[in-house]
Amino acid sequence: MSSAPTSFDLIVIGAGPGGYVCAFRAAQLGLKVALIDKRGTLGGTCLNVGCIPSKALLHSSEQFVFARSHAAAHGIKLSGVELDLATLLKKKDDVVTKLVGGVAQLAKGRKITVLTGAASFTSPTTVKVGDEILTAKNIVIATGSAPVELPFMKFDGTNVVSSDHAINFSSVPKKLVVVGGGAIGLELGSVWSRLGADVTVVEFLPKIIATYDDDIVRNFTRILTKQGLKIETGAKVTGYAKGVLTAERGTEKLSFPADKVLVAVGRRPFTDSLGLDLAGVQLDEKKRIKVDAHLKTNVPGIWALGDVVAGPMLAHKAEEDGVAVAEWIAGKAGHVNWDLIPAVVYTDPEVASIGLGEDAAKTAGLAINVGKFNFAANGRALANDATEGYVKIIADAKTDKILGAQILGKGAGELISEIVTHMEYGGSAEDLARTVHAHPTMSEAVKEAALAVSKRALHAL
Amino acid sequence: MSLLEVKIPPMGESISSGVLAKWHVKDGDIVKKDQPLFELETDKITSEGTAESAGKISLKVAAGTEVKIGATVATIDSAATAGAPAPAASPAAPAAAAKEASASPAVRRLAEETGIDPATVAGTGKAGRVTKGDMLAAGEKPTAPALPAAPAAVAPAAAPKPAVPAGARQSRRKMTPLRQKIAQRLVAAQHEAAMLTTFNEVDMSAVMALRAKYQDDFVKKNGFKLGFMSFFAKAVVNALKEIPAINAQIDGDHIVENHYYDVGVAVSTEKGLMVPVIRDCDTLSMAGIEKAIGDVAKRARDGKITLADLEGGVFTITNGGTFGSMLSTPIINAPQSAILGLHAINDRPVALNGQVVIRPMMYLALSYDHRLVDGKEAVTFLVKVKQAIEDPARLLLAV
Repeated sequence: MSSAPTSFDLIVIGAGPGGYVCAFRAAQLGLKVALIDKRGTLGGTCLNVGCIPSKALLHSSEQFVFARSHAAAHGIKLSGVELDLATLLKKKDDVVTKLVGGVAQLAKGRKITVLTGAASFTSPTTVKVGDEILTAKNIVIATGSAPVELPFMKFDGTNVVSSDHAINFSSVPKKLVVVGGGAIGLELGSVWSRLGADVTVVEFLPKIIATYDDDIVRNFTRILTKQGLKIETGAKVTGYAKGVLTAERGTEKLSFPADKVLVAVGRRPFTDSLGLDLAGVQLDEKKRIKVDAHLKTNVPGIWALGDVVAGPMLAHKAEEDGVAVAEWIAGKAGHVNWDLIPAVVYTDPEVASIGLGEDAAKTAGLAINVGKFNFAANGRALANDATEGYVKIIADAKTDKILGAQILGKGAGELISEIVTHMEYGGSAEDLARTVHAHPTMSEAVKEAALAVSKRALHAL
Repeated sequence: MSLLEVKIPPMGESISSGVLAKWHVKDGDIVKKDQPLFELETDKITSEGTAESAGKISLKVAAGTEVKIGATVATIDSAATAGAPAPAASPAAPAAAAKEASASPAVRRLAEETGIDPATVAGTGKAGRVTKGDMLAAGEKPTAPALPAAPAAVAPAAAPKPAVPAGARQSRRKMTPLRQKIAQRLVAAQHEAAMLTTFNEVDMSAVMALRAKYQDDFVKKNGFKLGFMSFFAKAVVNALKEIPAINAQIDGDHIVENHYYDVGVAVSTEKGLMVPVIRDCDTLSMAGIEKAIGDVAKRARDGKITLADLEGGVFTITNGGTFGSMLSTPIINAPQSAILGLHAINDRPVALNGQVVIRPMMYLALSYDHRLVDGKEAVTFLVKVKQAIEDPARLLLAV
């Protein structure tokens, strides 16, 4: 290739939801953009091996469970229900192919130069991809994250695997042990459990999805257990040998036979071979790229966003980062409200949260009012066989401002949105309660929970 | 079609904006020329805006909106007159509806219940939006349940006293913009000036005797009665001439001395206190002053006063005695430097030439801005007023 570096207004390294959105927004604002990813397809972890394929698997496996276990109760007689895993996985792959293709189309339509290959800095203003050298006044690092490996239980791709592999098992494991009771572990654990695996989730902390309120986690754990998942909390994994995973709970020795072990203990910021030293970009104590409130690194013109910087490792957070960075680079007023990033666990039922939980608010000594409403008292939930769980809204006792919410229930991830919106505008529980909700919908439970904040729920005593 | 803009008319140099308190017409109405369209409240005066031509009116701002002088608040389409068909339904009352809808439901509920206009509340929400919390803070309610809560089974010991239901033992209504301005100005005057009050008492015998003696002749000649106020106005002019520091005001780091004697007389009206100004009291006769006072007082009470009547006073006289006040400390009418408070006349035993005698006495109070006026000047001024009232011949001789 040419020796003179190709010049751009902006180079984005990493084409996940943070990077490609940043590139798109910058292109909208008239910048000449290069988007680099080592993967042959755009979309990063999220679209290729993360959020999207796992959602496809969750949906298909849920249909399977319905056909196998619940259809009869609806008067639908099925016989010969069996799993065709290859087709199920292909369906998932088709979803991914379609989506990443769509992103590529959009990139092309926006005249973004897409380059495939591992990028690395050669100076604060130049990036090397293969033989090609690119230069730009602004460079965005959006390299995302990678699954954390346990040093005593390294990934081997067959028995000890990460989520990257666990979306692609060619057969249903007999005994799957999931190390880590977070969103990824529980979602993929649910998938394989539904498809017939005997799944045990081993969590080091005293509870799964540890950032949620105790009551939510208690109810959620009970529901998952009823579905067949075994949940072992407070258990420290010590090793895996001869098809047995060992762990300790205090002095108690635990052992779990497992033909597959999914390690889902978290993700680490991915900055490997990026040449950050040549650019002079500093990391923080957790090996994340150090940025200021405008996602600027210590090197002028180099920005970082998404999983590679501090904050929740969530695609939608990365996307907002990406938009803001593009706008800041273009001299506009970008904005991200990092206090209001919803989080969702896409199991069945789902668990969703926004803002401050009840436990956190009480620990902080805040005067709060809490409103809860059970889906069991919601007409649509009854009709939909979705009566598990409830909506909980936490509001300031004095101003009634919504401080946070947690929802356990089918579609919680969709239901949380309106609460986020109300919160974004400084809304009170009363505002939410006085907003008309269509009947019959699950969203009425959100409204009732808002009413319950002032002990005024209409469909509960 | 020809569109005529309805603008807020100039109100005088010191007024740059007001509140469009009320529309007398609805959007889409056909209006006649000179028909009253709206009521405008400024910090000094409430006035009416009228239609300059006939036609169909289209309102551009909602009632309660703060408007600048010269702002366009409506347009009149003179092509559409009474003969033209009125629209079936007024197409979405423009700004009013939009403004209403932009407030959140809880804010709208609180606005209705408390009478607090969200537009007057500083918002802490996204892009300055007013939140429920802002409204609650504005209403100074320590705690308020989101909605009237069902009674709790057991009231927690530390629970704050529930707010008294509106209408039971309290009622709330919104301050009018005029009242709010009065409040602001009074507080501002107290913050701004180094205000203090000096007192004296005055024997009203001489003035009362004069009035008794000449009242009939006075009425016969002028058609109205001789009151006390003309004596005090003249006494004040006399004292102002002696003590020019009182007839001065602070403007930034300058002292402005006035060489004219326009004296304001506080008048209580339904809409609040107003201070119409009697021009050139030094050149007016006693009858002229009485007539001018009667004139402006009536117009103030009838709401017919103009801004010109209120501007430019150098000193104010307020008479709390009308309502029976024995003694009070008036607040100066900024930027003036002093105000004279008159009080009730009561027969009191006083020592006179070694004898206890009964005299009709009145306490006088002079509040003044100590930044500009020294105690000696203020006290001397008040003594001058007292002397002139006790011996009106001094006014004749200007001593």
